[in-house]
Amino acid sequence: MRDNMVQSLQQEKYVVETAIDFYTAQEKLDVYEYDCILLDIGLPGGSGLALLEELKMQNKTEGVIIVSARDSLDDKVKGLNLGADDYLAKPFHLAELHARVKSVLRRKKLDGHNYIICNNLKIDAEQRMIWVNEKEVWRNRKEFVVLLYLVTNKNRLVNKSALAEHVWGDYIDEANSFDFIYSQIKNLRKKLKDHEAELEIQAIYGVGYKLVYG
Amino acid sequence: MKLLNYTSAYFAVILLIIITIWAGIFYYAMLDEIYDSIDDGLDNQKGLVIQKATTDTTVLNKNNFEESDYAIREITAADALNFQDTYIDTMMYMQNEKSDEPVRLLKTVFLQNGRYYRLQVATSMVEEDDLIKQLFYSILWLYIGLVVSIILFNNFLLKKIWYPFYQLLKELKKFRLDKPEPISPVKTGVDEFRLLNETVQKLLKRNIDAYTSQKDFIENASHELQTPLAISINKLEALAENNQLPESQLELLAAAMDNLERLTRLNKSLLLLSKIENKQFAEETPVSINQLAQKIVADFSDQTIFSSLRVDIMEKNSCIQNMNADVASILITNLIKNAIVHNKPGGYINVIIDKSSLVVENSGAGKPLDEEKIFNRFHSGGPSQASTGLGLAIVKAITHLYHFRTSYHFDQKHIITIHF
Repeated sequence: MRDNMVQSLQQEKYVVETAIDFYTAQEKLDVYEYDCILLDIGLPGGSGLALLEELKMQNKTEGVIIVSARDSLDDKVKGLNLGADDYLAKPFHLAELHARVKSVLRRKKLDGHNYIICNNLKIDAEQRMIWVNEKEVWRNRKEFVVLLYLVTNKNRLVNKSALAEHVWGDYIDEANSFDFIYSQIKNLRKKLKDHEAELEIQAIYGVGYKLVYG
Repeated sequence: MKLLNYTSAYFAVILLIIITIWAGIFYYAMLDEIYDSIDDGLDNQKGLVIQKATTDTTVLNKNNFEESDYAIREITAADALNFQDTYIDTMMYMQNEKSDEPVRLLKTVFLQNGRYYRLQVATSMVEEDDLIKQLFYSILWLYIGLVVSIILFNNFLLKKIWYPFYQLLKELKKFRLDKPEPISPVKTGVDEFRLLNETVQKLLKRNIDAYTSQKDFIENASHELQTPLAISINKLEALAENNQLPESQLELLAAAMDNLERLTRLNKSLLLLSKIENKQFAEETPVSINQLAQKIVADFSDQTIFSSLRVDIMEKNSCIQNMNADVASILITNLIKNAIVHNKPGGYINVIIDKSSLVVENSGAGKPLDEEKIFNRFHSGGPSQASTGLGLAIVKAITHLYHFRTSYHFDQKHIITIHF
């Protein structure tokens, strides 16, 4: 699991360090500064929540994403109350992890406007706005979320169920999700084409989609 | 029939038989005693008459009964020697009753001054039909008295004796395997009840243990499966990502991933079920079912538009329920999702909200489903291969948790109702 995450994050050109247990983590957190911390609650040697409390005392909780095998509301509430930025329940798709990490980094690094630029497409993640060639285009919430997710995972294969889960959550019937997502992507592609956006959503047969540009 | 009444009924029948037999025996025994006593009286009177005859010879001429209760007639020596004392029942005219009444008559002979006389002494007899009537009523009253006292006895005393039993029964009625509260049987001195209490306690403990370990097993298994599942999917994703696979192999990969995804969903649903059953959603707030239904239907709109389903919400009344907000959302989501999955293209879904009920109707396969089974885990009524088969089981678990009632019926459409 950890290797998977490390590999995938390194592909995004992040510098990744890992700690295999509570004490290693404690030591590293004392010594180094990190932009984003993925904190497993069930650490060998102690609870991740205890580490979070220590971070809170040092005012360093921003950028913490809790990763928990227990999809428990209690942990989530506790973690977020202690100042964690986000909560990710195992099992998750790596694409979801990237989306969360990027969102945390975006929020942390820049104040105010924060654009994601892909060729002639510009996205404001906070304001939920999209421009193509500096011209504001459609505002459909769901399509925005789909596009942002694909852009966040640009040049990576996004599993269709990861996409479905991210955008529609529980509000999708898994039975015909494939056809459903296909039709949603088809609409999105058409709109992108209509606005002459210079990016392409590729379908990877049966598995998912990949946004490629430049 | 209650145990108390059961014993009472048995007693009533048995008493009826016993008392009838006893009444017959009693009647003859009493009659025998009466005869005995009357005959003794006649014997005594005979002695008195004979004694009187020795002093007052006019007595010897009293041939008819008339005002007294004896009659004397002279007989021949030959007759007298063949004569034996006899007691007979006969009829005699009674002045006061103005009819012939039964009398007991003693015929005897005696010798005075060398002459033989026959003496008849009579005394009034009991009237047998009167006696029987009297006896019958007495016995009837006795019987009624006994039955009534047995019923009272049963109700007061037996109830007291059986108290530990009924108490245990009451505790058992309340007992629920999914929320085991230890039952506290009444302390009792009766060996059988004590044994019953102990056995029931042991049995319940075994059941609770089995239930808990089964539940824990499902929970732990689902938990332990999460990580390997996630890793497998991630590895397959990585494999699919490297762009070097031909389409035919991607197809295989996609199928494998789809199935792993399905397993993941199944696992999540099972975990959710355990959580609901373990009451891990504690915090309760007033939840507006109307607002929640509106929101969830809106969230499903992409899906319903895609499947060209018409969704109507009819709000007859506002419905506010005290429950965990997440659980309420899960409940309605699963109901709507179920209505979408088991629908047909171009069909419809109606959500009807009343003060204390939520109805979800949907068009679908035109035959009724088995009400007993649709809320069971993994009961698959439709062709939908990819659904987990746990949606309505989750609905049931939630309604069970909050003591709501669910019902299903079919009337050209599938109608699921939650009664809050």
